[in-house]
Amino acid sequence: MSAAGSIRLDNVTLGYERRPAVHHLTGVVEAGAALAICGPNGAGKSTLLKGLAGLLAPIGGRIVWDGFSPRDIAYLPQSAEIDHAFPIDVLDFVSMGAMRRIGLFGRIGGEERARIATAIASVGLEGFEDRQIGTLSGGQMQRALFARLLVEDSPIILLDEPFGAIDAKTIDDLVTIMAGWREERRTVIAILHELDLARRAFPQALLLAREPVFWGPTREALSDSRLAEANRMVEAFNRDAEDCRRDETPHAA
Amino acid sequence: MLHELLVAPFVDYEFMRRALIGAVALSISGCPLGVFLILRRMSLAGDALSHAILPGAAIGYLACGLSLPAMTFGGLVAGLAVAVASSAAARWTALREDASLAAFYLVSLALGVALVSLKGSNVDLLHVLFGSVLALDDATLIFLAAIASVTLTALALAYRALALDTFDPLFARRASPLGEWIPFAFLALVVLNLVAGFHALGTLMAVGIIMLPAASARLWTRDLTMTLPLAAAIGVASSYFGLVLSFHSGLAAGPVIILVAGAAYFASLIFGQTGGVVRLWRPKRHLEG
Repeated sequence: MSAAGSIRLDNVTLGYERRPAVHHLTGVVEAGAALAICGPNGAGKSTLLKGLAGLLAPIGGRIVWDGFSPRDIAYLPQSAEIDHAFPIDVLDFVSMGAMRRIGLFGRIGGEERARIATAIASVGLEGFEDRQIGTLSGGQMQRALFARLLVEDSPIILLDEPFGAIDAKTIDDLVTIMAGWREERRTVIAILHELDLARRAFPQALLLAREPVFWGPTREALSDSRLAEANRMVEAFNRDAEDCRRDETPHAA
Repeated sequence: MLHELLVAPFVDYEFMRRALIGAVALSISGCPLGVFLILRRMSLAGDALSHAILPGAAIGYLACGLSLPAMTFGGLVAGLAVAVASSAAARWTALREDASLAAFYLVSLALGVALVSLKGSNVDLLHVLFGSVLALDDATLIFLAAIASVTLTALALAYRALALDTFDPLFARRASPLGEWIPFAFLALVVLNLVAGFHALGTLMAVGIIMLPAASARLWTRDLTMTLPLAAAIGVASSYFGLVLSFHSGLAAGPVIILVAGAAYFASLIFGQTGGVVRLWRPKRHLEG
């Protein structure tokens, strides 16, 4: 049995319109774990993360959030999913993180203001408060997203490609923030294409290729032979797939 | 001279005063909604919804003739039904919100016109399609004012929630259990304003006063808190000058109001500070840092 704060996946299949993007995945993310999700493009990584965040219901099996609601999860979307043209400045953007505590209509009090200011400072965006997000560079936008996560102050943090297309200095700063979350015993699950970074900062990794290739210690998961196997599996994806006959019932606990 | 041109029509004629009040009420509440429609990439949804109102209003008309409550009720029911159906479809199925809107609005328009022609004259049909801003009675004026009041109050209370949901709907949904309902509440407000606009400007023109000033305002400022009042101001100015122009030229009032709003839009396209053609061709000197 798993402790409170864990996420349990029970023979989970996730996908869109019957077409599975993640097939028959079973495992547990313990509270306070740091899990890297790796795999080629089209392996179902983002789909899995949306499932873990409760944004996408499984089409088979089940996901159990032990002792918390998926609403308590902080989720960093891919940069491309954000409407950069929307007229909102950095201060308001980061303030969104307080919404879960103050509600849609509540006042942003002094305590929240202080928290927001601290978050902006710790990602190095002081002086950018009045800037529209559309004028930020890719790295600055990613910093702003991390600041919003800091304000959310959630025990479970999901990151979808947090380090895509940003420079080394920004990655270093953001990894430092992530290390802080680990020290605070928060659960961090991140989709990473930076395999060296995954090996360095994440003890556990899930190598995904629509089906789990390996879930365990990062060095074993990201071995050359397993990565090659993952690539082969995604390429072999069947265009004319028939109904899946595998057992859909969750495993007995 | 100027007094005669700009003020006298309203001093001399009550129907002009009524038209002005009605159009101003519509602009003040409708234009900020238009800004949100644009930001939500639902510009066409407004068009579709305004047509969806028509069959409902037509059934009200069939039952009771040109009666304000009957046509309002029918229009509200039809508009809300389509709004709920389309946003539910977008929310819970793979269809995107704009997917079936073109079909919706053509079918609705045809159905509405067919229903009206079943009983009414061409005059009634013109009334339904283009409104009668110059013939607003007390009841209709109060109705327009009430809808404007409800809309502005709702916008003031839920501004942050609406802006958040517009920008990042997934985030809004996770931040609060109420988040799920923001899109529906917003569409309900849009339908209310379209029904109001239907009485004054008709089904074909109602969406114009909502969208055109909003599109213009977006070309002048990037700050949302400035865009909303600016859109309303452009809408009010279009209403006023449209009425003046229609009075002196003898052209139909509703379409002239929309034409003036359209002129303001084209002027904004050319001269707008953010995204206008002139600014794109001849940008200001870049800043030092």
